[in-house]
Amino acid sequence: MSQLKELEKKEASFAFGKKERKLLTDPLNDNNPITVQVLGICSALAVTTLLDKAIVMSIAVVFVCAFSNLIISVLRRSIPKSVRMIVQLVAIAFLVTVVELVLKAVNYPIYVELSVFIGLIITNCIIMGRLEAFAMANGPWKSFLDGIGNGIGYGIILIIVAAIRELFGKGSLLGYQVLGDWYTPNGLMVLFPSAMFVIGILIWIHRSWNRSLIDVS
Amino acid sequence: MHSTRSTIFFVLVMTTVVALVLAFLFNGLKGTHERNEIVYNKKAILSAIENELGESISDMSDDRAEEIFSTKIKQTVVTVAGDEVEESYIENRYKGGKAENIDLKKEKKLDEDEKILPVFEFNTDSGEKYYIASVRGSGLWDDIWGYIALEDDLNTIAGVAFGHKGETPGLGAEIKDNEDWKSQFKGKKLYDENGDWKSVYVRKGGAKNPIHEVDGISGATITADGVTEMLDRGLKYYESYFKTLQG
Repeated sequence: MSQLKELEKKEASFAFGKKERKLLTDPLNDNNPITVQVLGICSALAVTTLLDKAIVMSIAVVFVCAFSNLIISVLRRSIPKSVRMIVQLVAIAFLVTVVELVLKAVNYPIYVELSVFIGLIITNCIIMGRLEAFAMANGPWKSFLDGIGNGIGYGIILIIVAAIRELFGKGSLLGYQVLGDWYTPNGLMVLFPSAMFVIGILIWIHRSWNRSLIDVS
Repeated sequence: MHSTRSTIFFVLVMTTVVALVLAFLFNGLKGTHERNEIVYNKKAILSAIENELGESISDMSDDRAEEIFSTKIKQTVVTVAGDEVEESYIENRYKGGKAENIDLKKEKKLDEDEKILPVFEFNTDSGEKYYIASVRGSGLWDDIWGYIALEDDLNTIAGVAFGHKGETPGLGAEIKDNEDWKSQFKGKKLYDENGDWKSVYVRKGGAKNPIHEVDGISGATITADGVTEMLDRGLKYYESYFKTLQG
């Protein structure tokens, strides 16, 4: 009994030490959801044609990932095991609907542009994966940080891909013309296959820079 | 560990809490959502006469769009036969009873004699008149729509604005995003010299007729054909009304 109390006390602290920092930075590099775990590829293909779309999408995923981790972590001892996944889905769907309603009120044109992809965050494997792998076994504060870390790890790749695609596909960034008239926009860059190439090249660069990721077998 | 009863209890409590929070949020934001949608549509209509307005639509504030709409735009609703429709009749179909409330997606499915069409008459400060017609058709993946601004002669196109639900970015979606392509429509005519209906064609491989054709978009043949069909059919609905305007 005293052990459990001690554990709860430990969980309640909002310490920010080395371990906590690692939760935030690990998904950015060694454990990146897109380039290392290769999760969430579907939305990375679809919403990376323009930078502003990718930024809004990233913010939405950081929010959903962090707070679903938090909610599930708080509830984890009372969630009946038999309906565990359904409860996780309810939490995710709830947060995604909140994002959708708020975005529709705050920036309607972006809401129209993103259309179904906001709703499809529900099916983003990164979020469900973090709930199962982390939030079900760790305290709320740590889970929250882990959610933010993974959300940013996903978002950063999304933003890099979108910046490359918008720059070469339209010659602009965030809608402002960057490359002059001499540049003929490459139509292939705004099509879905180019996202696949860009992500592939990013994985390549990532691995040759961070040797520890390469499988020796 | 958990009995069936406690499992059901847990699920019930959780879904109730979630449903209540979402319902409150939805109701709280409903007004903003509706206003956003109305302003978004109004800006889309105004973008057909962006040149004549002399203001950039993307920089325009929501209040300014509403102001232009209430002061400079006269809304009329007509039938395919060319008669003006009473407000009470429109009210039966759409809340608000004005041209701006008409949902062309619903009208598209109706028979010709049941259809009602919105007309937006824009009066500039210098006394020029433009008429904006609303059309809707099908692209490659889903619906496409457009607002076509005509000059006073009801023959020459002054400007166009297109929209789409799900055309491919970079290909079909260019009908909405490509300003150069849209600017080709300016000055094109719907009737030939003899006064016969010609409409405006999107020609694959490049326009051959300088008065009735515009260039196609590479990689977007089906969307472009959809635009051609939409213009021909959609603008034709207005023909009777435009004839009565000209007397």
